[in-house]
Amino acid sequence: MTATGKYLRIALGVVVIAALIIVPMNFNRYGLFILSQWAVMTIAAMGLNLTLGYAGQVSLAQGAFVGIGAYAAAIMTTQGGMPLIAALGVAIVLCFAIGWILGYPALRVQHHYLAFVTLAFSTLAFLVFRNEDWLTKGIYGISNIPRPNVLGFATNRPLPFYYFCLGSLALVSLAVWWLIRSPWGRAFVALRENPVRALSLGIDTRRYTLMAFAIGSALGGVAGTLYAPLTQYIDPVPFNLSLSLDLLMMVIVGGSGFFFGPFLGAMIAVLLPEWLRFTQGYYLMLYAVAVMLLLIYSPTGILGILDRYLAERRTKAASALRAVAKSRLETAP
Amino acid sequence: MSNLLDLLVAGLATGAIYALVAVGFTLLWQTSQTINFAQGEFVMLPAFLMLAVMHVGAPFWLAIILGILLSLLLLGLGFKLLLVDPMLRHGVLPLAIATMALAIGMKEAVKQFFSAEASPFPSIVPAGDVSILGRVVSLQSLSVLALAIAVVVGLTALLNRTSIGHQMQATAQNPTVARIIGVPVERMILLTFLINAFLVALASLLITPIYLAKFSSGEVLGQAAFIAAIVGGFNQVRGAIAGGLLIGVVDNLSAAYVSTQYRAAVPLILLIVIILFRPQGLLGRPEERTV
Amino acid sequence: MKIGICAGLLLVTVSSVAAFAQGAPIKLADVAELSGGGATVGNNWKNGIDLAIEEINAKGGVLGRKLEVTHADSQSNPGVARAQVQKALDNEPYVLLGPGYSGSVKVTSPLAAEAGITQIMGGEAAELTQGGNKFLFRTSFGQQSSMPKVAKYINDELKAKSVAIVWVNNDFGKGGRDVITKEFAKYNIKVAADISTEAGQADFAADVSKIKAAAPDAVFIYVNEEESARMLKELKRQAISVPLMGETTLVGQKVVELAGEAANGARGHVGLTTDAPVDLVKAFREKFAKKYNYVPDHNGLKGYLAIYMIKATTEKMGKVDAKAFADNLHGLTIKAASEPGILMDVTFDEKGDIDRQGFLVEIVDGKQVVKQVLPKLN
Repeated sequence: MTATGKYLRIALGVVVIAALIIVPMNFNRYGLFILSQWAVMTIAAMGLNLTLGYAGQVSLAQGAFVGIGAYAAAIMTTQGGMPLIAALGVAIVLCFAIGWILGYPALRVQHHYLAFVTLAFSTLAFLVFRNEDWLTKGIYGISNIPRPNVLGFATNRPLPFYYFCLGSLALVSLAVWWLIRSPWGRAFVALRENPVRALSLGIDTRRYTLMAFAIGSALGGVAGTLYAPLTQYIDPVPFNLSLSLDLLMMVIVGGSGFFFGPFLGAMIAVLLPEWLRFTQGYYLMLYAVAVMLLLIYSPTGILGILDRYLAERRTKAASALRAVAKSRLETAP
Repeated sequence: MSNLLDLLVAGLATGAIYALVAVGFTLLWQTSQTINFAQGEFVMLPAFLMLAVMHVGAPFWLAIILGILLSLLLLGLGFKLLLVDPMLRHGVLPLAIATMALAIGMKEAVKQFFSAEASPFPSIVPAGDVSILGRVVSLQSLSVLALAIAVVVGLTALLNRTSIGHQMQATAQNPTVARIIGVPVERMILLTFLINAFLVALASLLITPIYLAKFSSGEVLGQAAFIAAIVGGFNQVRGAIAGGLLIGVVDNLSAAYVSTQYRAAVPLILLIVIILFRPQGLLGRPEERTV
Repeated sequence: MKIGICAGLLLVTVSSVAAFAQGAPIKLADVAELSGGGATVGNNWKNGIDLAIEEINAKGGVLGRKLEVTHADSQSNPGVARAQVQKALDNEPYVLLGPGYSGSVKVTSPLAAEAGITQIMGGEAAELTQGGNKFLFRTSFGQQSSMPKVAKYINDELKAKSVAIVWVNNDFGKGGRDVITKEFAKYNIKVAADISTEAGQADFAADVSKIKAAAPDAVFIYVNEEESARMLKELKRQAISVPLMGETTLVGQKVVELAGEAANGARGHVGLTTDAPVDLVKAFREKFAKKYNYVPDHNGLKGYLAIYMIKATTEKMGKVDAKAFADNLHGLTIKAASEPGILMDVTFDEKGDIDRQGFLVEIVDGKQVVKQVLPKLN
């Protein structure tokens, strides 16, 4: 990429980050709530993107992992009086472990079977949340979940809590960025593109597949840990298959396999009901149709379309250059 | 134990419904590598089409015929041309995800254009009960069981004994080679979808009087069907009936003997166990991984 | 000349502002389950609200001002409900309506209370009005009011010593089951079987089998309408002959329609029912069916009543004052004679609970027949 191209990118990044910090200062409570929700969902979607976009596995259980994280946070902060960070640790370890155990069958069978295993797990998790009321208060849910105290700052008001979510998103993004850039990340991509060749190159596909799924699930748990203090009340209802499907749509629509796909997908999923509110009851239908059309045209989502467009331009530019060089060669004596 | 027999009979009745929905699902996978997550909604829709036709004044028998024709058109031809064909080149998974979106779209459309409430649906089978081994079973449930068995027998015969059936199987296993040896691949795939559309219309006709016509009835049916198909054997049509009946019985037994709160968990755990230890299902053939 | 123009402009502005203020519509905000598992509940609630507003506006509105409502969809999800309520509250409505699901009410009531806006909702869970929220009001009996009446009937009239409880496993069903279990304990009635069912369940064979095995003196059924119908059919099929008792969801017209013969003999305690032998209620039902082409369930009644509660309270105050609303509704008695829209006399206590007439009905020959009228306590 050219130097100007790189500077342009960095400048764009700085502008976006600044906007995310400054513009919401004028937002009302609803706007801040929506933005915080976007940040939390993006974290969960990033986890799913690791699993689906980079390692090529379909997980329909991401919603359940968000639920596990949320319940861990809710139970530990309300009944245990512990700080949120402790719940975060528990959520990460628990989701990673469950992801590992759940993913084990993935090695033995093809893609679509993991979809069904995670589908089953999603419903099982919901049942456990609902039935084990000695732990989760069952269908009555857990109320009055406190907002955390971050480095001495209380986050009870919407704006500070939004910054907390934004900060968490930033940290998670950096972590995922590092992961993808690392040799592990490259192994993930190899898995997706051509598992057999990866095997022949000596990469232990089993281990890496499992790793991707487990890390993705752990990120779901992280998102859940933030979700609980965001809504300050959780019950089993939101953490069913629908949430997993929503997260899947987010990753697909944004662009699976692209780093910023989840950001875009989550923004669309959170904002679309707002934009389409004028269509009354039709917006879910329109959303479904839009997703189908998008998948037909570009299974790698919106960023996929963008990527293809840019690639075409680059190819055209390169071909033009080549043509010019060629003609120069031919006309040279 | 008298209760056990009660539960078995009831389980078979429910299981027959799951089997009927699972058959189409298995068929689509077997012959065109399509995972249709909207199969439950496919069974929900024809009843609404028929209700809509009756709404404008047509008699029931006419509504049935039109409903079946509309199903063939929308859920067979339409589904194939508009969704499956453009997507199949992208691979199995994007199509599966597209069918998830389709399911949501269908549900919302029915809810919006028809009603959020449940409507009763007339039954072509008289609403009586019959005594079998001293247990009372509804005629409707028996008819579903009869149809499920007939369908599976018929389809198995079609796939294994007729030339068309062999061509369909060849298309499923390797479309490229099939094309080379002269199988009209496109036509075979279309045939599969039409058969599925016909099957779901029949299933809808028999199941809806029991389940009532509601936009959300596809969810439970669909999930049960997936489990039944996989547990029974994803690549064998007769696996669908074995799986369906098994799930129906397991569901009833676990409600009675385990816990009504966790009744749904037992089939799910069974699914996970089967995938772990026998991924081809109880009656399936082990599938080789394509390289 | 200039002064003239300025004065003229000023006059026009002032008068238009005045005119504007005088006719400015009263803004109400509604958050309901318009999609998801609670779509039936939320859509009925919404339609009831719209019908009431249409009626009131046609007669000139409240204190000369028309009512206006914005409906938002909570998607039957408490998280979304919270967001939508937050959004609605940011626009400073006069009164907040909904949600219907008790879980969504629980997460949103702190927000409304903090903003000082009255919330009139449809949830029936007992705990909602027991937390000390001064801004929350019911439109139907809380389970803590209705279940004791049911238990009393089962004990006194049915003389049952052991009862099987069948309930739907959500906050509505579990709440009812928890309250009635406590009531049964007071009468020393044994719970012969405690059977949870899923919303949307179609197959009740195993559940009825369990009831048969438990051999109770009566069965208490607390599930939604469609499931009630299926349950009744299965109970008949397996020849269970003990008395069946329930609530509005067991004996509504929809259940009778879907269950047919099997519904005969079922009894229930009903607070709000479109089948009530009250002329005003019958009139409401016809108006609703005419406008929407289907017969409403009790959620439609709740929505309709919520609007008339607002009208009555505002007229009592003589002004449109959001801050004073809650205080004025506490302890208010609205009589159907002076406000026909309220359909039946009702009194609201300091906790936001309702005191109103109730009925004990039995299905005879496919129709609801009132066996006992349970009068208003005060």
